[in-house]
Amino acid sequence: MQAIRSLARTARTSDGYGWTMAALLIAAVVMSPVTALIVIAFEDSGDLWPHLAAYVLPFALQQTAALLLGVGLLTFMIGAGTAWLVTACKFPGRSFFDWALLLPLAVPTYIVAFAYLDVLHPLGPIQTAIRALLGITDVRGFSLPDVRSLPGCILLLSFVLYPYVYLPARALFLMQSASVLEVARTLGASGARTFFRVALPLARPAIVVGATLAMLEALNDIGASEFLGVRTLTVSIYATWLNRSSLPGAAQIALFMLAAVVLLVLAERWARRNQRYSGGTRKSHPPSPLQLSGISAFGAFVACLLPLLAGFVIPAAHLAHEAWVRIAQFGLSPNLILEARNSVLFAAAATAVTLMLGTVLAYAVRLDRTGTAISATRIASLGYAIPGTVLAVGLLTPLAAFDNFADSVSRQLFGIGTGLLISGSGAALVLAYVIRFLTISTGGIEAGFAKISHNLDAAARNLGETKFGTVRRVHLPLLGPALGAAAILVFVDCMKELPATLLLRPFGFETLSTHIYAEASRGTYEDGAVAALLIVLAGLVPVILLARMSRPLMVLSGRTGGSAG
Amino acid sequence: MNFSIHSRAFACAAAIAAAGFASAAGAQEVNLYTTREPGLIQPLLDAFTKDTKIKVNAVFIKDGLAQRVKAEGANSPADVLMTVDIGNLIDTVDQDVTQAVSSEALSSAVPAHLRDANGHWYALSLRARLVYASKERVKEAAITYEDLADPKWKGKICIRSGQHPYNTALVAAFLVRYGEAKTEEWLKGIKANLARKPAGGDREVARDILGGICDIGVANSYYVGLMRSGKGGDEQKKWGEAINVLLPTFQGGGTHVNISGASVAKNAPNKANATKLLEYLVSNEAQSLYAQANYEYPARSGARNDPIIEALGSLKSDTTDLRAIAKARKQASVLIDKAGFDN
Repeated sequence: MQAIRSLARTARTSDGYGWTMAALLIAAVVMSPVTALIVIAFEDSGDLWPHLAAYVLPFALQQTAALLLGVGLLTFMIGAGTAWLVTACKFPGRSFFDWALLLPLAVPTYIVAFAYLDVLHPLGPIQTAIRALLGITDVRGFSLPDVRSLPGCILLLSFVLYPYVYLPARALFLMQSASVLEVARTLGASGARTFFRVALPLARPAIVVGATLAMLEALNDIGASEFLGVRTLTVSIYATWLNRSSLPGAAQIALFMLAAVVLLVLAERWARRNQRYSGGTRKSHPPSPLQLSGISAFGAFVACLLPLLAGFVIPAAHLAHEAWVRIAQFGLSPNLILEARNSVLFAAAATAVTLMLGTVLAYAVRLDRTGTAISATRIASLGYAIPGTVLAVGLLTPLAAFDNFADSVSRQLFGIGTGLLISGSGAALVLAYVIRFLTISTGGIEAGFAKISHNLDAAARNLGETKFGTVRRVHLPLLGPALGAAAILVFVDCMKELPATLLLRPFGFETLSTHIYAEASRGTYEDGAVAALLIVLAGLVPVILLARMSRPLMVLSGRTGGSAG
Repeated sequence: MNFSIHSRAFACAAAIAAAGFASAAGAQEVNLYTTREPGLIQPLLDAFTKDTKIKVNAVFIKDGLAQRVKAEGANSPADVLMTVDIGNLIDTVDQDVTQAVSSEALSSAVPAHLRDANGHWYALSLRARLVYASKERVKEAAITYEDLADPKWKGKICIRSGQHPYNTALVAAFLVRYGEAKTEEWLKGIKANLARKPAGGDREVARDILGGICDIGVANSYYVGLMRSGKGGDEQKKWGEAINVLLPTFQGGGTHVNISGASVAKNAPNKANATKLLEYLVSNEAQSLYAQANYEYPARSGARNDPIIEALGSLKSDTTDLRAIAKARKQASVLIDKAGFDN
């Protein structure tokens, strides 16, 4: 008996070994640009750090911290707040807000920044209207605070980044067993108290992950900061690299920033190390929403309407207007269709690879008994914490080294060079997207796996399935909605991605985002309005799909009947 | 999303890659890596192709052009590297991704102070760093760069980030002229005069002047043409018409001028075509096309300015050596940080 058990364990571990190895391999690929950056960082950067410490870091760190805190707090408040309203309360418009609140996800940060620069400018529609209303003819007679400021940046970024929190928070609130919430209410807790003392703490891991994604987006943003004059660490990286020709110095700051991000993430995990978040294994009926009426219903309506207006309706309407003006005056660029196709193709290819790797990582974590796969997965999510251009520069070195190696081998063996196999083709771009957004898919799929009982694995294995077969025939079907949600997030992010696309794309290859940037860098970003609108539209389709899909997710995860909607 | 879509996407991506290789292996062509927006130079490239039957494959790269060429190494398809700003141009030489080319056509077209002595780079166009002033609120008809620090402009100046190459080069020129202490003082003086955070682009200076946020601002010459010509739309035309354009000078000197330029890449697979492209770009025809398309001052002496630019008055360029400005830019960037200019 003992022998059989030990044999079984060996078989199990050796079977899981393959998955762990795969996870390690993926981690190694993700680490390759980081490693290249480390190598670059070891080169001489002169007397950079004394200068940074004296004149740059104090201000940049303070700005960065304020930006991150602000965006973290606001996305949390908006995201979790609206998610609670649409899941736990009944009020007019709720089923519309339920999906519409995701729409700002389709708007890239640099686009929201320049749209609001236009909208809120003294010459823009809002201030013009206010002046007209007040009967002021002089443009200097009335002015709103300039949006080009840290608070302005925090607000604008939060309006488009809160869906990163809204999405997981809503999913979690929907899944929370009604019994827990009902117990709270039975014990006399008010709706608000139930939210703050029960629902919110239970949803903490998911919300923290969402807020972290939002904050890292804000940290790595360069476009909006440039428009709005905010001096984050990322801006210092660029200044060091480009104005002082010090790539080593830039790599050092980037790694410093990466280390800070890793520490913060670890600290948060440590802070909740002793907490367990699983509900009971048996799902009960969903919580019945609280019927709001009168002033509270109106309040809920407004609370959901504002972020939707600010994060989507206003910028999209502005873009549509600008696009209309441009098309009327200059016609449509014939390249747009091709650019849109390029954007979609590359985003789709990268999404497919990202999902595959994400599934491998998440399953390796599920099988992992030694912690190796978990560590590998954490490392594989580092890509999201590196600014796009820095990641791209880090990727250039190993890719080109590989290409030149392959080329010389092929020349020796076959007499024909392969040229720049990866870095000269779109493969480099796909790889960059995958490295950058892997954490999104891994996180989502891991969460999906967590909801599948291990008993199912055991049953499948007992019935003679292999591990691969279990994944294919048991997990994947059950993971459908989680995979779909991850796919859409990754896809939309790839569509929006700019800095890595700009540096790594092959000849004659433009995407919608590089089109906008080309216009923007001429100072005519309004000319990019049509492309910007297309990005938003292209992002819209999957976002709406996501919204439709994430409802059935709840049903699939074990709940039947009594739909909350 | 199902798998057949994915595999089709892959197939397409592979096809795109393959097409890239096929064209890279073709005969009469030249590959251009440029930090200049393709829209600006496309008419020139089309004219070149029409003249010579040499196809131009352009890729627009912003940051990291030199890093990309360097990493690609011996297999780099890059033939011509086109960049803006003398600092960036010399940076490509320092990164060892350029090679020397020389020809009678090049050296006779481009004046000696606008090209590398060894032929590693050639200027293609010039842009002056000017002052835009509100037609309504500013009476001054002339201004010096030194004046920008005068407290009488307190709360009235708009400018983009100090760490933008256009401003870093201006500060570097000031630095070469006056040394560190005076430059820092000047930067702090301007900083104290700013009406808003240093942000955005040059055109926003004109917009903010019309919007009443500031009275004067620092911006490049060609934006005047882009705005006033109506190429940027009707709104921008209004911005351009709200300003008087002053040609500032250093006290006892001229107007700060920066360049855009090009080099032949070190491992250029089509070196002969690359040289042809450079020669075309400095030809009389291309230089006037350049001046008209983008409102820059042509690098070739004798080529004509666009009328809108001509109307700004005659430009008296500062004579500080461009190489000295490029060399000083690192220190200029440090001083900009030190003055807390962008904070």
